[in-house]
Amino acid sequence: MTTPVMSAKGLSQHYNVGGSLFTKPQVLRAVQGLDFELQAGKTLAVVGESGCGKSTLARMITMIEEPTSGSIVLDGKTITPADWAKLRTTVQIVFQDPYGSLNPRQTVGKILQEPLLINSPGISPAEREQKAREMLSLVGLRNEHFDRYPHMFSGGQRQRIAVARALMLEPRVLVLDEPVSALDLSIQSAILNLIVDLQERLNLAYLFISHDLSVVRHVADDVIVMYLGRAVEKGRKEALFAAPQHPYTKALLSATPHADPTQKTQRIKLEGELPSPLNVMPGCPFAPRCWKAQDICRQTMPDLVGNENQVACHFPIGPDGT
Amino acid sequence: MTEASATPPTGSAPARSGRLREFWYYFRENRGAVFGLWIFVAFALCAAFAPILSPYDPTEQFRQHILQPPAWQEGGSWAFPLGTDPLGRDMLSRLIEGARYSFFVGIVVVTFAASGGILVGLISGFAPKWLDMIIMRIMDIILAFPSLLLALVLVAILGPSLTNAMIAIGIVLQPHYVRLTRASVMSERKKDYVTAARVVGASRLRLMFVTVLPNCLAPIIVQAALSFSTAILDAAALGFLGMGAQPPTPEWGTMLAEAREFILRAWWVVTFPGLAILVTVLAINLMGDGLRDALDPKLKRS
Repeated sequence: MTTPVMSAKGLSQHYNVGGSLFTKPQVLRAVQGLDFELQAGKTLAVVGESGCGKSTLARMITMIEEPTSGSIVLDGKTITPADWAKLRTTVQIVFQDPYGSLNPRQTVGKILQEPLLINSPGISPAEREQKAREMLSLVGLRNEHFDRYPHMFSGGQRQRIAVARALMLEPRVLVLDEPVSALDLSIQSAILNLIVDLQERLNLAYLFISHDLSVVRHVADDVIVMYLGRAVEKGRKEALFAAPQHPYTKALLSATPHADPTQKTQRIKLEGELPSPLNVMPGCPFAPRCWKAQDICRQTMPDLVGNENQVACHFPIGPDGT
Repeated sequence: MTEASATPPTGSAPARSGRLREFWYYFRENRGAVFGLWIFVAFALCAAFAPILSPYDPTEQFRQHILQPPAWQEGGSWAFPLGTDPLGRDMLSRLIEGARYSFFVGIVVVTFAASGGILVGLISGFAPKWLDMIIMRIMDIILAFPSLLLALVLVAILGPSLTNAMIAIGIVLQPHYVRLTRASVMSERKKDYVTAARVVGASRLRLMFVTVLPNCLAPIIVQAALSFSTAILDAAALGFLGMGAQPPTPEWGTMLAEAREFILRAWWVVTFPGLAILVTVLAINLMGDGLRDALDPKLKRS
């Protein structure tokens, strides 16, 4: 196995919320003890429902927030906030909402040149513009789009601009925070193909955050399923989709629609809401909603175990589906 | 209607002029605003060309024409179209010259209050919670006083003069800008493009002034237009109370104060400066309303 571009160990992020002059702030455990590795040219997908800590993970990886505990290793070197400024160019991000992620007062050209302006001031303006124009054509936009403002573009085109901006610094890791969930279905596939195509050409490592399993099936190599800030299942895409071991993964998979209407699927309906991350009970966080839960589930937290495909469950689903 | 209304704003024009055209399209909807704009332009021209427009020197006294009524009234003459004041000075010249002071007060006060307020508001929006709280509480304290009273106290401390009056009014108007800027900064800051700029490595100063500030300007421009009139009104009020411009400066408020005792004998010495203040302030307020309608996307009718 090759050495990973980036790896994380025991990554956790806790927030203090509430808390005024007289009340003690509560601790919100957004992400807890996450391990993963990103390989060049490979895509790691992170799936989970809203509020499970996917976006917090993205913020830690892109060095916007410092993790409460755990470490991120980039090229064999542990990242500390002191290195952030130097390492920014290695990790970039594409956001979910293409309408909010582009500055409405800047032209596309300005948006694309800003990363270079900040990070490599030595480049001449002409060269900078040249690079921005090249990037524009790389993501499939035309040269005349250079001087236009973001509000003149459709959602798909805006997302292309966002991808172009992220690539301007020639990063090696790209975090894609639900890059297609705000787009029309017809445009989703175009953007996904662009993303896959760029990965092949530039040998990028992707951290692909999504809640859409059909999209994940299309782009991912490895998958992490998150639930309430923890990884509940982790493994190769093929194995995970073919034989999910964690009940939550199985429930998620059963909820994705199939193309074949004749195929009968047994839809697993989950009862109840995601428990609040503010008062985490002992035991498995999924236990209140799990149909297989027993007493041990409510008392002790299962660890992530296994070789190829890891699962955090006391009663993992076997290959026979029970 | 006119031919211009037939062409809605299109995206084919270059972006900047397109935005200007769109602005004009919405601004024109409001008749009162356009009316206010023209009066404001006339007022500005008066202020700019006062020495050319005014028939006499505003401080020159014509001793044989004391308290002469306006031209259309009995005893008036076209030599002094709006009459003369108790010292025989030409009212028209003084009013035109007064426009200069009012305009000057408006510009200086708005510039002072807006630049200071924007800066403090930006800092407050980006600052840690405790600093933000301190700044906002100070602004609340300033806002808690009636504005004219506070200005009066400040002038009383600094000493009565037009400069000090402008400083006082500027300080009184500042909190509005601080609050407005802070509110827009807070809402803009959460947006993804700001995060994107951070990921790219933009420094805090760059984030504040290059990324966020241009997106917060629309409500601030409206506030600037509206506080222009407040500044003129407050300066006139301070002048009337003897705390602003000192005689013989032909400032409108000061003119009112000087002529107060002649109110029953010679109506024109009080009426004309008062009318000048009224019309100017009204025109600027109308224009400000139109600006708000045109710049605030929430109020735009599609």
